[in-house]
Amino acid sequence: MRRETPQRLSDYGPLAFPAIMLTVFFVIPFGTMIAVSFFQRQQGGFYTPAFVFSNYERFLSLFFAHVLGFSLMLAVLVAVCCVAIGVPFTYLLTRMSRRAQIVWMVALLSVLSLSEVIIGFAWSTLLSRTAGITNLMVTLGLMDKAVALSPGFPAVLTAMVYQALPYTILVLYPALVRLDPTLTEAARTLGASPLKAFFTVVVPALRTTILATLIMVFIFALGSYLLPQILGRPQHWTLSVLITDQAIYQSNMPFAAAMAVFLVLVTLGMVALTLFAGRKREETA
Amino acid sequence: MSGLTLDAVRKDFGSFTAVNDVQLSVPHGTFVCMLGPSGCGKTTLLRMIAGLDLPTSGAILLDGEDITAVPTHKRNLGMVFQSLALFPHLTVGENIAYPMRIRGAPREDQKKRVDELLGMIHLSGYADRPVAKLSGGQRQRVAIARALTRSPRLFLLDEPLSALDAKLREAMQVELRQLQQQLGITTIVVTHDQREAMTMADTVVVMNKGEIRQAASPMEIYRRPADTFVADFIGSTNLIDMETDSADRAVALGQVIPGLSASGGGKAIISIRPEDVHLTAPGSDGAISGTVTFVRDLGGTIETFIDCSGKQIIAVSTPRARPDVSVGQPVGVVLEPGVCVVLAK
Repeated sequence: MRRETPQRLSDYGPLAFPAIMLTVFFVIPFGTMIAVSFFQRQQGGFYTPAFVFSNYERFLSLFFAHVLGFSLMLAVLVAVCCVAIGVPFTYLLTRMSRRAQIVWMVALLSVLSLSEVIIGFAWSTLLSRTAGITNLMVTLGLMDKAVALSPGFPAVLTAMVYQALPYTILVLYPALVRLDPTLTEAARTLGASPLKAFFTVVVPALRTTILATLIMVFIFALGSYLLPQILGRPQHWTLSVLITDQAIYQSNMPFAAAMAVFLVLVTLGMVALTLFAGRKREETA
Repeated sequence: MSGLTLDAVRKDFGSFTAVNDVQLSVPHGTFVCMLGPSGCGKTTLLRMIAGLDLPTSGAILLDGEDITAVPTHKRNLGMVFQSLALFPHLTVGENIAYPMRIRGAPREDQKKRVDELLGMIHLSGYADRPVAKLSGGQRQRVAIARALTRSPRLFLLDEPLSALDAKLREAMQVELRQLQQQLGITTIVVTHDQREAMTMADTVVVMNKGEIRQAASPMEIYRRPADTFVADFIGSTNLIDMETDSADRAVALGQVIPGLSASGGGKAIISIRPEDVHLTAPGSDGAISGTVTFVRDLGGTIETFIDCSGKQIIAVSTPRARPDVSVGQPVGVVLEPGVCVVLAK
């Protein structure tokens, strides 16, 4: 079938629905947020239309820079951990029998049905001193006495990786299923051990998929604000936590909006940088 | 002994036996073609030699050493896959250098070997191209070169030429055979194309249902097939029922054929190649009478289809010896004992 370019205005008809949806649910809220970020805050919780930079100026402090840095670092770490666990796991999963794959997939999808709150409190119990896994270690004679593993940075990281891993595997699965299994076999006949074949053939052949997965998990982890509060100390709070705090508890909408806009810009910048670096490597390779 | 030996190699998949106690010995430097219909176990056998599948029982010996339990990457072999399995993220040169790179060979050595191999496969100057930009025949050559990078003890190819068009395939067959002779490397090719096997092999191994039916030189296979399966699978043949009469003479299609006898003196089957079937005037001495039902003139060869009391016999001749026949004409068919092969029924 030949595709013709639209001739009349009515030919653009099918575009109307997605365009309206995108406008109502993305452009208008996002535009409002950008506008509010320049508004003047009134004492007592409201704001008046204005065009001031004070909200952004307030943001340019060492404290917020530190929080932003921590948020980005946490998101990058979650993304790297998820991919480092997810790629070998999914690779082995695709080599299992059809039946075993279905069982694993159902188990992974059931994790997705858990809410962030449940995940948070489940991990806080698991990592607690009174009822946590350290008690099991003591019973097994591996530790002297039970200790609290939460709150703390490892607890935040573990729970966020746990939450993001099913998404990671779901994104990686189709690409790994399509990967020609004779590629690994060829590497083995050419003298590569199974482990070496995995790192010299499977991983490089999938680098585009891996890069896309890294970006997806990074953005997913950047939005997390419940887990750092449940499992972390105040120094482990992300920018998302501060935004919620400003918007809901301090009733400072303009400042919260300014922080959100800044977070979006930094995120887009990092994604662009990653894609650029990926393309550069592809050209030289 | 030097070379490859398969000792009672067997592979079961559940209750299905893919390879049934195969016994084969391949002297060093031999070119072997494993030939058979799809599902006959030839690819499974090749994969076991490569170490990609483990035999259920039996042993595989290379130069006298039992390699049955040696993992693939320690066997020093080169294998060309049906899908070629070229690494899509590497260039031609990087693909060929892969076995050296993972061993940490110096870059100069890698480059030298790549240039040498590219010269051998007539692709000099292609080192920096991505494999996706090559034609089918060029990819084929790169896959062959990559398998030969570390001068393997064994060169295995699984239906290597099946993706190529007919003309290129025939050219590659000749090239592959010349390359093998030049390198003197023990080579095993799995194929279902009998022309390919006849062109390249020192030894043709005909397999069916997981068993070796015959392993011999191409001419031996063609001239003296071991059973009716081999006779029918290699080339085309006429299979004619034969009986032994009370006077201990061989009788086929109602005609006594002197000089033939079935082992044990019972029923047997005669295999005679179409080009060996001789046509004469009807009613000649010793000839089976039949009627021409169809003549297919292919230019290079002429095939005559003859109905001999219900049994169809095909005779092939060249235009030089064009038989003077037309459809509906009665003819005499002569089965010369010297070209008939008597097979067990």
